Amino acid sequence: MEKLLGEFSFGLFIWQTLIVVCLLLLLRKFAWNPILNAINDREEGIRSALQSAEDARAEMQNLQADNVRVLKEARAERDGLLKEARDIKQKIIDDAKDEAKTQAAQIMKQAQVAIESEKQAAVAELKQQVAFLSIEIAEKVTKETLSDDKKQTQLVEKLLKDVNL
Amino acid sequence: MRKKQLISAIFFVLSAFFAQAVEVGPEDEEKTGDLKSEIKAYIRHHLEDTHDFSIGSYTTDAGKKKYIGFSLPVILWDDELVSFSSGKLKHGKSVHKAGSKYYKLYHGKIYRTDAEGTITYGAGKKVTNDKPLDLSMTKSVVTMLFTAALMFFLFRSLANSYKTNGSIAAGVGRFFEPIVIYIRDDIAIPNIGKKHYRKYMSYLLTIFFFVWFLNILGLSPLGINVTGNIAVTFGLALLTFLITNLTANKNYWAHIFWMPGVPVLMKIVLAPIELLGLVIKPFSLLIRLYANIQAGHIVLMSLIGLMFIFNNWLGSSLSFVLAFAISIIEVLVALLQAYIFTMLSALYFGFAVEEHEEAH
Repeated sequence: MEKLLGEFSFGLFIWQTLIVVCLLLLLRKFAWNPILNAINDREEGIRSALQSAEDARAEMQNLQADNVRVLKEARAERDGLLKEARDIKQKIIDDAKDEAKTQAAQIMKQAQVAIESEKQAAVAELKQQVAFLSIEIAEKVTKETLSDDKKQTQLVEKLLKDVNL
Repeated sequence: MRKKQLISAIFFVLSAFFAQAVEVGPEDEEKTGDLKSEIKAYIRHHLEDTHDFSIGSYTTDAGKKKYIGFSLPVILWDDELVSFSSGKLKHGKSVHKAGSKYYKLYHGKIYRTDAEGTITYGAGKKVTNDKPLDLSMTKSVVTMLFTAALMFFLFRSLANSYKTNGSIAAGVGRFFEPIVIYIRDDIAIPNIGKKHYRKYMSYLLTIFFFVWFLNILGLSPLGINVTGNIAVTFGLALLTFLITNLTANKNYWAHIFWMPGVPVLMKIVLAPIELLGLVIKPFSLLIRLYANIQAGHIVLMSLIGLMFIFNNWLGSSLSFVLAFAISIIEVLVALLQAYIFTMLSALYFGFAVEEHEEAH
């Protein structure tokens, strides 16, 4: 210990402290701070570059997913549209059929009505004709001045036979 | 003598560029002649801080000791500021007159003496001469200044490279940037927490690189031992201590003086223990760094010295291999000790700013 203290040089200690403190202050200002800042900035730069690359990748993936989704949607929509079109077609056909049916029915009905009315008219005319014939027959009968009943009946029958309904 | 020349020759070759030999007369002290004690003295001398930047020394054939290196300024506070070149002290071989006072270097320390340079001893061979306050630019100070300048240059260029190179480190910064990030992510944030770590980062980075660079420089053949000097590690630990306690929150002090969640009697017993811990923590820091680096230098130099003691092919080459292996380990230790110092500092800062949700 005594030898250690004997070796201790106060002057060297003063110089050493002075040199190290000056060196510390100088280097801090001119070297360490610029170096550490530069390294930090560079690391930050690398980190943010990596981050943005990662972000871009994620965005790309999102975009791709979006594309797939859009494609799927489009496909679904197309299918929907086709189905709808098919439905509409069917409906139009059905509608047309119905329409035709009702139309036909109506026409039939009208025809029947017309037939009926024609028939009525014919019947009426027939009746008229019958009446007219009856009158004619009656006229002829009366004209012939009937001798007997037998002849009268024969005549009526013959006349009726002539009448063709 | 031939062996001694060999030791010095290694340093001599390395320092041929700035050879500035100082010639000194025949040495009188340390002339024991014994190789072992010579190596011992050499190691001791190496571990000490010196007033001149000597890279090595050798003895000429004429018996003159020559030093290779350069002088550094000596600054003393002795009622007034005294300053002169360390070359004037001639490695303790001569007395220097500055103003009206005389100074002599004796075992690495500067004493005030009379004109003849008499050193007086008191009890237990203690020097009783007056010692002026020594604020010299010693070898360690110069090395630290160099390290500080190097660090400033390196990290300033790293900071600038971000601006000019689009937020990417360029050049040598590419090597240091991962270390800075490591200190942030694996030392500061886990120990201090994300909320507070930023304000301690400057200190942690500064001491890590400062200690590391100095440890590495200490392994260079220049033979510098800065972080193995107790004054340096004390200064570093003191800074950690001051920063810890000056930035500590209420919680930290509550845990020291009035530990929550224990009986009153325990609180009274715990307070002095915790208070002691306050000092022991940075003390362990300063001793750990000092002892590790000091020990590494001693082992390494002893192994190199062993080569000259063995003085045969087998023993010397074995010592060389060992010294080589230890050198590699020491390079790791240099890093490890810097890491541990930084890590523990961060841990203490973490205690200081820790926030407890619930009392425990």
